[in-house]
Amino acid sequence: MTRDGPMIHPYIPNSVPAIKEQMLQEIGVNDIEEFYEDIPTELRLTGLMNLPPPFLSEIELRRHVEGLLARNRTADEVLSFLGAGCYQHQVPAVCDEINQRGEFLTAYAGEPYDDHGRFQALFEYTSMMGELLNMDVVNVPTYDGFQAAATSLRMASRLTGRPEALVCGTIGRDKLSKIRDYCQRAMEIRLVPYDPKTGLMDLKSLRAMISDRTAAVYFENPSYLGFVESQGDEIAALAHEHGAVCVVSVDPISLGVIAPPADYGADIVCGDIQPLGIHMQYGGGHGGFIATRDEERYVMEYPSRLFGIAPTRVPGEYGFGDVAYERTSFAQREKGKEWVGTAAALWGITAGVYLALMGPQGMVEIGEGIMARTYYAMARLAEIQGVRVPLFHAPHFQEFVVNLDQTGKTVAEINRALLARGIFGGKDLSREFPELGQSALYCVSEVHQQRDLDRLAEALEEVVR
Amino acid sequence: MSEDILRHRYTDGRPNLRRFHQARWDEPIIFELSREGQRGILVPEVEPGIRERVGDVLGVLPEKMRRKKPPALPELAQPQVLRHYVRLSQENLGTDLNIDVGQGTCTMKYSPKINDQLARSPKVTELHPLQPEETVQGILEVMYRFEQILKEISGMDRFSLQPGAGSAAIYTNASIIRAYHRMRGEQDQRDEIITTIFSHPSNAACARTAGFKIITLYPDEDGYPDLEALKAVVSERTAGLMITNPEDTGIYNPRIAEFVRVVHDAGGLCAYDQANANGILGITRARDAGFDLCHFNLHKTFSTPHGCGGPGAGVVGATEELVRFLPVPLVEFDGQRYYLDYDRPDSIGKIRPFYGNVSVILKAYAWVMSLGAEGLRQVAEIAVLNNNYLLHKMLEIPGVSAPYARGKHRIEQVRYSWQGLTEETGVHSEQIGLRAADFGVHYWTSHHPWIVPEPCTLEPTESYTKDELDEYVAILAHVAEEARTDPEKVRTAPHNSTIHTIDHAPLDDPSRWAMTWRAYRRKVEGKGEA
Repeated sequence: MTRDGPMIHPYIPNSVPAIKEQMLQEIGVNDIEEFYEDIPTELRLTGLMNLPPPFLSEIELRRHVEGLLARNRTADEVLSFLGAGCYQHQVPAVCDEINQRGEFLTAYAGEPYDDHGRFQALFEYTSMMGELLNMDVVNVPTYDGFQAAATSLRMASRLTGRPEALVCGTIGRDKLSKIRDYCQRAMEIRLVPYDPKTGLMDLKSLRAMISDRTAAVYFENPSYLGFVESQGDEIAALAHEHGAVCVVSVDPISLGVIAPPADYGADIVCGDIQPLGIHMQYGGGHGGFIATRDEERYVMEYPSRLFGIAPTRVPGEYGFGDVAYERTSFAQREKGKEWVGTAAALWGITAGVYLALMGPQGMVEIGEGIMARTYYAMARLAEIQGVRVPLFHAPHFQEFVVNLDQTGKTVAEINRALLARGIFGGKDLSREFPELGQSALYCVSEVHQQRDLDRLAEALEEVVR
Repeated sequence: MSEDILRHRYTDGRPNLRRFHQARWDEPIIFELSREGQRGILVPEVEPGIRERVGDVLGVLPEKMRRKKPPALPELAQPQVLRHYVRLSQENLGTDLNIDVGQGTCTMKYSPKINDQLARSPKVTELHPLQPEETVQGILEVMYRFEQILKEISGMDRFSLQPGAGSAAIYTNASIIRAYHRMRGEQDQRDEIITTIFSHPSNAACARTAGFKIITLYPDEDGYPDLEALKAVVSERTAGLMITNPEDTGIYNPRIAEFVRVVHDAGGLCAYDQANANGILGITRARDAGFDLCHFNLHKTFSTPHGCGGPGAGVVGATEELVRFLPVPLVEFDGQRYYLDYDRPDSIGKIRPFYGNVSVILKAYAWVMSLGAEGLRQVAEIAVLNNNYLLHKMLEIPGVSAPYARGKHRIEQVRYSWQGLTEETGVHSEQIGLRAADFGVHYWTSHHPWIVPEPCTLEPTESYTKDELDEYVAILAHVAEEARTDPEKVRTAPHNSTIHTIDHAPLDDPSRWAMTWRAYRRKVEGKGEA
């Protein structure tokens, strides 16, 4: 396509030469160059950058991008059993409808008067999360569940003034990497061994490791490896006995049927909201939550924004605003708690829509439905010779470890063969947890039908034979 | 009664003030809309074949691990949920609706709809991050191509697309600086990060979070970062310099290369917060000023929507020497296939799960591909033209000034001061902003502390017409005039907003603050469970 004269781009209205000229005249300068007078010549780029030629019409751009994307094969197009921190669930159409509204999608940081809707929607999100978690304080989302866990530990460190966290040995290694980086100068992260039979935290080891240096004991429910940590009350009691904070990371989708951590003694609860109505987006759909009791000393340690409800000068009108803003880095720079910035607000609003749609009954049914499918899948796979499932003897929710040592094949080999049959097998754990041998982490959710699970069992049987 | 609507459009070709009123639905809190038994969505039922096989599956959970009663979530049917949230959305002033030049430093430019559409493709949304690489060649290629673009824009050698937004990228830079000094055995000695007061507060806060002490430089008399002050604080304890340029005042530091040199000579690294890059795309590059690290906010400079505060993306660029420390994995291409490289032993590790906010990255890629090199340069030039035009017009309002760098031009934004007006009328900048809300626009003061008295930060980007800029100035001129003639009207604003003046006192009072509805019911209404 060729055009005469300078490019007038639809995104840049004042690129029209006559308008540009008029504006320059009003300012009293001859050339846009004059605005850059402070940039030394030796730092100026000469000529144009070497970038690919643009697609100036939408149809050309669409063809180009969709052409690239066509090479992807999605989890919808095959049968996927991948989880490990990112989950395929039903995403209600209303969730997408709301987060695509330009009023929300393109807003940012306006005052509670211009942006009342954002404040109320996020207050409702934290309120519904509060019901799910049985906690009174929930933050405006941080980036993701990794960040939520890392910040929870640093909150515990500040609360106790202690230099160490004891973390369940079954934590995912990527999350552990994040926590270790984030807590590097604040606290030491020590892994508590797990019982190789059940996966549960080894309480004898915990007793031996815990001390008055311990700021936090951290575990997950369900764990990264899918089993339910049923000793939550004992772990929390041990932590409290030693003056430590009990931090639990939880998958919110499980909380219709599994007890919220607050009920067994957790002080700080954290996790990721991606399962609540947010598409996987190749790992781009995460948002982190942190929840505590409504105690001042806890509230004052949050780095995140906390939206509170407040009266206005009109009786009965609801207003909203930042609670204890002075704790944040917006107010105090390096004297604030960690930092606060752009994170995942739109996903918070979306998760709120999800919880409002699901209601109490929906959350119970989805939790129960996921467990039923999980147990069905485990039972079907257990019928296959050489396949040990679940590897851990404990209750499971949604995910479970499948050990393939006795098949004489590696997970990588098996997953390649499954892929040829249109199946994404479970996540290969052999590098992440070498002690589990050739094991894979399988994930089942409400998106799976009986025939999907039967198909997996049949394919796996064929493949390991 | 019979008001002439034309009065609200143009007089002599100049825009008049609108009869704006923000949507006011008096929308209840969603819990108040709940009616027992209503359902908003159904979940797939467990099939009989599964049920038969597993029975009462909850029985496997120990009693203490079972939820005793369902969560007390609201119960609404689907149309009611939809309507509630659509009403809330109408009570929210997105950039799609307003002349959003008032949220300075935020770069509230147009977020093209085509890019949103592309990112909503199931070919993006339904990808699991752990899929076999051969099934995600398309998205990996997008990420790889975008990295090449960022390299050209900045001059840096490699980029990580992983951090979730700007501050996470700043933290990543701090973590890399820490890792660099650790590798050289100087971790304990080099514990100071230098920043400037007009750099985003996260430069100080994130570096502090990474364990550094913070030294903050104040500007010289002309508002430029003070080179002598820098020379006075660098030492063998200097770990690095983390700054914005142009600063939040819109002033470009002409001695930037010398700043970098001074810090390098002291053995420190230099990280460039490019949150304010919109006016310098294709004009000047981080690498050319000598920086070791930089980051861009894709939700600012690269047009992706701000989403009420995320998801965004903060991409981190590094020079060859520091590439080894970038988060894992990096996207590689071997000439035939794209893949994720985790085998990077010196990496700082993970900053977030998986690879970044991929939908955001795709939108930013599409944005660059719709503009090209000439387009990006035009973005910068028109953003700067618009800003200097706005500056020119703003300074015509009595009571407004643009402190520092007098008589000079600015890059992409300006931090103004209403000090003159405040001294004359007693009306403060925040009150001016709340009154401006009555005309349908945002307005922002400044980060804290307020170095510029009675501040106001405006950034017009490339997206607004001359008429729109005129309208924005007309609103502020009108409010300034009101401050003189009817100050009470300004002090009690907003009047046309969804709600009226908020009583902020409970938000700082532990006995009354309420961050959830259940806490509100208990503490304020005296209802609900204790």
